[in-house]
Amino acid sequence: MQTGNQDTPFNKEFNKRLKRRYNAERRFKRLGLLAIFIALGFLAFLLSTVISNGYSAFRQTFIQLDIFFEKSYFPNEDLARADYQTIIKSTLREQFPEVTSRQDKQLLYSLVSNGAAFKLMNMVVKNPKLINTRQLVWVPANDDIDMLMKDKIDMSQPESDRRIKDKVFSWVETLASNGRITMKFNTTFFTSGDSREPELAGILGAAKGSFYTLLITLLLSFPIGVAAAIYLEEFAPDNRASAFIEVNINNLAAVPSIIFGLLGLAIFINFWGIPRSTPLVGGLVLTLMTLPTIIIASRASLKSVPPSIREAALGIGASKIQTVFHHVLPLAMPGMLTGTIIGMAQALGETAPLLMIGMVAFIVDIPGSITDPSAVLPVQIYLWADSPERAFTEKTSAAILVLLAFLVVMNAAAVLLRKKFEIKW
Amino acid sequence: MKHKRLLFAGALAAVTIASAPVHGASRDYIAIVGSSTVYPFATVVAEQFGKTTQFKTPKIESTGSGGGFKLFCGGVGVEHPDITNASRAIKKSEQEQCAANGITDIVEVKIGYDGIVVANAKTADQIKLSRKDIYMALAKEVPGADGKLMANPYKTWKEVNPSLPDVAIEVLGPPPTSGTRDAFVELAMESGARKFETLAEIREKDEKDFVKVSHTLREDGAYIEAGENDNLIVQKLQSNPHAFGIFGFSFLDQNPDVIQGSMVDGEAATFENIADGKYPLSRPLFFYVKKAHVGSIPGIIEYLAEFSSEKAWGTDGYLADKGLIPMPDAERKQYAQSVKELKPMAAPK
Repeated sequence: MQTGNQDTPFNKEFNKRLKRRYNAERRFKRLGLLAIFIALGFLAFLLSTVISNGYSAFRQTFIQLDIFFEKSYFPNEDLARADYQTIIKSTLREQFPEVTSRQDKQLLYSLVSNGAAFKLMNMVVKNPKLINTRQLVWVPANDDIDMLMKDKIDMSQPESDRRIKDKVFSWVETLASNGRITMKFNTTFFTSGDSREPELAGILGAAKGSFYTLLITLLLSFPIGVAAAIYLEEFAPDNRASAFIEVNINNLAAVPSIIFGLLGLAIFINFWGIPRSTPLVGGLVLTLMTLPTIIIASRASLKSVPPSIREAALGIGASKIQTVFHHVLPLAMPGMLTGTIIGMAQALGETAPLLMIGMVAFIVDIPGSITDPSAVLPVQIYLWADSPERAFTEKTSAAILVLLAFLVVMNAAAVLLRKKFEIKW
Repeated sequence: MKHKRLLFAGALAAVTIASAPVHGASRDYIAIVGSSTVYPFATVVAEQFGKTTQFKTPKIESTGSGGGFKLFCGGVGVEHPDITNASRAIKKSEQEQCAANGITDIVEVKIGYDGIVVANAKTADQIKLSRKDIYMALAKEVPGADGKLMANPYKTWKEVNPSLPDVAIEVLGPPPTSGTRDAFVELAMESGARKFETLAEIREKDEKDFVKVSHTLREDGAYIEAGENDNLIVQKLQSNPHAFGIFGFSFLDQNPDVIQGSMVDGEAATFENIADGKYPLSRPLFFYVKKAHVGSIPGIIEYLAEFSSEKAWGTDGYLADKGLIPMPDAERKQYAQSVKELKPMAAPK
């Protein structure tokens, strides 16, 4: 670099350089801002598509049926085994007496979901007094009707090219004019497991699966990760072996997650014989995946505790282990918890390793324990995204919204914990 | 001290939970693996079965046909699946693999047919293709005027066949791992290639060379591997009316207002044409049952009965509503009978 004229520091040369430096700074600031705006733009686009596709899934179409639970439908003791489908069919025929041909009747029956029969079954089993009474019941509509009500079917196409035929359309109009068809909040979506009928599909099964899986992951990876970090940071001798372990842990954090799935398949399923597709084996695999993250975060937070704390403790006669557990660990805990929550959030969104251990599966029953087969939230999203029925598109987006909500809550918890317990030196 | 105890308790709890289930190795639900093409049908049956019987709903993994056989043939015992779905028949090598692991009695059940459609957006015109056109448009190498093989020179459909529209060839289809891709190259490409005399000669000389020529799709961007997600292909077709997509019939069945199937060899891709066997691009779907598990895993017989009942796989059954093409009456009866008797397949020769 040239120093320019010695006697006047503010000469032309200097001003030029100064200007250049200011310009460089300005350019860098603009670039940074641009980068942030691009990132925000993508995020806004993602959120707006997911929300605009998914918000309609939280409402569901219901049809009101005027059902007479005639005694003759319940010939045997076991009320659950009565033919509820027939009750619904005869109710529909009663409501639309003009429908006579066999084909038209089939179309008529397709107005309501298969789930309607199960709804009636549950009603009667819970309250047998309903038999021989007349009840107004709201039953879920078929997914095609639901799509029609949500304006997702192009009725301008010729009749043969759409899933809603003219007759069905006119019936729906009749129902609508009588106030017998309506949109309600979709509680099914939050209270049931997976289903191949979009109107009956829910995320409770997957959410519980995710909960159990993360519970196992947390119970295993937190104590092991923190213990490993404390040992490495506070007790381990500073030699080649420790350096080797450190390099390996850092490498493990960058290993693609599917590899942990393969490892899990080989060890947990094939060698230990833990049943496939269960939260237990999923949690074990995700433990392997999150351990490095937790160890690294925990070590960083132990490192940030000033040595003066340790020296003071040792100075008044505390043993090494007392120093660590009474003084250093409480101060490092907020950082460790933050790292753990971020690791958990990562585990919550993971599907690749679960593919290997059979958690990408169709599971209707809601898991009741860690050894019941179950799916997890991101797997549910993947499975729905690949289903042919159009109504699953909105369910997919809605499930994404639920998953995002979980992630936001977990990350917010991490921030809050840090804010609450953080000690600045 | 508190922290120490907490950590210790946590670790202890985790270890107890982890070691508990290994002892009680039994399974009270049916485990099914296999083809992603059969998955949408098998899941409907499983759900129906779970809701109408006292048994638990079977667990169905979508692993692909090949992956399914690998798991299925792993052995006999609760840790191995009971049933595998397949969009093609079991191979001899797979049957041998099964036999090597002690699985000798396998019941084969054909469940119906699936059509493969070449579709485009409703906003464009429907086109009439022949299998030869499909081969010429999509093969990596085609015979030139002199009969010698050359890299596919065709850029537009019109160049392939003057009656087709003058738009660039752009086809979205499944990747090589997909069973739909296997069936498509076999049913459309291979039989299209047979229409060429020069290729017939190659076939006589060396079957392997012929398979290589007829099964290899273009890699110059005219054929685009769009992943396993067929919904995505449907969406892309809507936004690009010049593009065509290859996928299973059920996706056409669910979206008739936005996409249309092309005619292949003069036949439209409709339910009736596929069921009659007129539409050329159709293939059978199967599942395979491990007979040794019948009796030890509850519900297998009842699941088979549900699957092979007329209300499921019949012409008006609920599987037809989901886009499965039913077998002709006689064939249905035959398979229903062999399901009832649990008649095992012949051993591989």
